[in-house]
Amino acid sequence: MAETKYELLTRSIFKRNPIALLVLGVCSSLAVTGQMTTALVMAICVSLVVAFSSLTISIVRFQIPSTVRIGIQIMVIATMVILVDQFLKAFYFGLSKQLSIYVGLIITNCIVMGRAEGFAMSNPPIASFIDGIGNGLGYGFVLMFVSFFRELFGSGSLFGMQVLPLAGDGGWYIRNGLLVLPASAFFMIALLIWLMRTFDPSQQEK
Amino acid sequence: MAEGNRYKPFYSVLVLAFVCSAMVAGAAVGLRPLQEANKRLDQKKNILYAADLYDSSKSVDELFKNIETKVVELSTGNYISEKDISPADYNQVKAALNARLSNPLASGTDIARLGRLEKYSLVYLVKDGNAIQQVVLPVRGKGLWSTMYAYIALDKDFTTVRGISFYEHGETPGLGGEVENRKWQRSWQGKKVYNPDEKPVLGLVKGKATTGDNGQYQIDGLSGATLTSNGVSKLLEFWFGDYGFKPYLEKMKGGLDG
Repeated sequence: MAETKYELLTRSIFKRNPIALLVLGVCSSLAVTGQMTTALVMAICVSLVVAFSSLTISIVRFQIPSTVRIGIQIMVIATMVILVDQFLKAFYFGLSKQLSIYVGLIITNCIVMGRAEGFAMSNPPIASFIDGIGNGLGYGFVLMFVSFFRELFGSGSLFGMQVLPLAGDGGWYIRNGLLVLPASAFFMIALLIWLMRTFDPSQQEK
Repeated sequence: MAEGNRYKPFYSVLVLAFVCSAMVAGAAVGLRPLQEANKRLDQKKNILYAADLYDSSKSVDELFKNIETKVVELSTGNYISEKDISPADYNQVKAALNARLSNPLASGTDIARLGRLEKYSLVYLVKDGNAIQQVVLPVRGKGLWSTMYAYIALDKDFTTVRGISFYEHGETPGLGGEVENRKWQRSWQGKKVYNPDEKPVLGLVKGKATTGDNGQYQIDGLSGATLTSNGVSKLLEFWFGDYGFKPYLEKMKGGLDG
């Protein structure tokens, strides 16, 4: 590989962000960005799943027959997701209650399979693991960006702490109902993509 | 990638399936005791929240010492002795799916959209010595997307709400999901379930509860969540009605002691 390990880790945050450049994993970023806490936990879970599924797939990549590779990738990913879900339920019950079905939906997160198919199948284990963590960070960066604005202006809070006193509770801030709804993440992500492609014109599609 | 052996895809898939299922099964079995302990702890915590007894500096089990769990037959309001059904082992939600322990509800009476109703329910008595201070009742009903589960605590007059705690639901976060909001839950304190005619009239209204006489039977609606709010009103109407806890609560008001 031309990239060093450090580049592998960081390139997915800005230069090759899975959501902003590749437009993968948008579905789950709509669902979990209403609150920063859930977004952060989701980002950590996805990072772990991408990293370990890429690692596993990369280790066995010479044993995987190309005819059934997609099925095998899904099986590895599904196993990782169930493990994460079980661990959350056992050790972080409160968080697992908040994330509820979304953890299970990591299986269908396109980033995970995109990295397995696009990187881990043709690269050594350590590089695949780092690439997985990097993509998790890139995903997490977008999630934190979107959830910051959605929680601040939608609920007047950050990480569950009230920042803007709500009119409903005797304060002055009238919350933006649109930002509470998942669809508003579309607008936020679109704005972010626009911003990133303005700063880095090489990301623009010709 | 090896393409030579045409049976290879089957072998690799089989081997992988075995490895993966072993890992999943191992995690599920190995972590189950922890998960179930978490779930029980969470339910106890919510019972304490509803009864307004929760104190994060004390252990849940210590706080639970003053709470006695009993099983009640819903249709008669009588306690069932521990020999027949042990409160510690009775799973109410599972019982509702069991043909022997539950009855189907006719569509006209099933306002909380439960489908089936169990014959027996758990009740939690908060005691001070021998005197009952509060009773905490498990209730549930359909909201917009999901069945919402809650504990509701009544004062010793068996009409005044001491608190409520929704502990499981799948409503829209930020809208219907606001049933979890502790601030909103605190606004239930002091509301009355029954009017002087013994009708369960407590419910959510659109906007704010009024300040007049009727205000004691009204709770602020959840803005942007009309269907969830309706679901909460319906579940109150059902569980405090004739099919729910009304026979039991009337007995309690009559002075039947635990």
